[in-house]
Amino acid sequence: MENILEIKGLNKAYEGFALKDVTFSMPRGYIMGFVGQNGSGKTTTIRAILDMAKTDSGKISVFGMDSVTDTIAIKERLGVVFDSLYLANHLNVKQVEKQLRPFYKDWSSDEFFRRIKEFDLPDNRKIGDFSKGMKMKLMVAAALSHNAELIILDEPTSGLDPVARDELLDILAEYIEDENRGVLFSTHITADVERIADYVTILHNGRVWFTGTKDDLCESYAVIKGAEEDIPPALKEKCIDFHAYRNGFDALIETAYLDKAPKSLETEKASIDEILVYIAKEDKHERRSENDTV
Amino acid sequence: MKIVIKNKSDLPIYEQIEEQIKAQILEGKVAEDEQLPSIRQLARDLKISVITTTRVYTDLAEEGFIISVAGKGYFVAPRNNELLRERMLCEMEDGLEKAVTNGRNAGLSDEDIIAALKKFLEE
Repeated sequence: MENILEIKGLNKAYEGFALKDVTFSMPRGYIMGFVGQNGSGKTTTIRAILDMAKTDSGKISVFGMDSVTDTIAIKERLGVVFDSLYLANHLNVKQVEKQLRPFYKDWSSDEFFRRIKEFDLPDNRKIGDFSKGMKMKLMVAAALSHNAELIILDEPTSGLDPVARDELLDILAEYIEDENRGVLFSTHITADVERIADYVTILHNGRVWFTGTKDDLCESYAVIKGAEEDIPPALKEKCIDFHAYRNGFDALIETAYLDKAPKSLETEKASIDEILVYIAKEDKHERRSENDTV
Repeated sequence: MKIVIKNKSDLPIYEQIEEQIKAQILEGKVAEDEQLPSIRQLARDLKISVITTTRVYTDLAEEGFIISVAGKGYFVAPRNNELLRERMLCEMEDGLEKAVTNGRNAGLSDEDIIAALKKFLEE
């Protein structure tokens, strides 16, 4: 299976933040959810894919082409949707279309206006007056109007109401019916990813914490709960963010260790949200104990 | 074919779909040789991952409920299909075993259990 996107050993240091050895790939025909806390490095990674940010080291290829040297050829076949509009606010939809058309060889005005109609967007109002949901749909219409093979969305659902979010998922599900296409979808609203994504990459503090199929992720981790005295020390050591309170404890654990768990402990499957919360809390606790020893 | 996904169910989505398709095939609610929606159509309709629907069809084909026809898609397996028959026999044996265990736990004699089974057979 050909990878539509491949990132190898991406490093990029800013003041107070760094992407460290980010490596993951995405096969054609699937949707990948790109999740992590705010500030985990999702947007920086996306900017690197689009050659909008210089990297310190690493290699990114899109459609098998180099993201730096072939960036123009790549963008011809790429659609992007950001969390805020990249178009001038004083334009209306018709003027936007005129502005975008010359950038793409495969631009289809018919397709663009068909989408605008489908999304119920007025074509004579200033886009600056559009609601957040309307702006998102406008960017989606633009992304879908030049026969793009890969769509990259950066936090498209943040600030959207549930109806608009659901509509976006519908559009993506329809888009991916063609098995040659791909979608990379960054979000911190994991419910969107939980259902529709085939692959998930979790970024944490600028590193890839997990990358693989969503089924693998959800089968590899569980939440374990019970009384603290019931958990064997060897198992406790394997816990991610072991949290003890007066009447018991809870923690995230790799399901591979569960066969050593006594029956008195409860386990349940972990949602992506829970996984994110546990890894974020574990980190805080580690930092706190490091401070304690100083 | 009717498929309903419960987000709050303990069963993973792929199992929920498999159970429902199997039940409808076993109950004869979907005709044999009927074509199923494609993997990608089903994923789109249910707004779930393509990997999930791929797994559903692979599992169902392995268990003999559906067959894959190259270049055409997936179809409900003919009812005389050996695998499907095997599977139904297995389910029947499981059910009988459970019935016998439950009957004995309730203190019934073997004759009582056979009588109860006969009653069902006459229905």
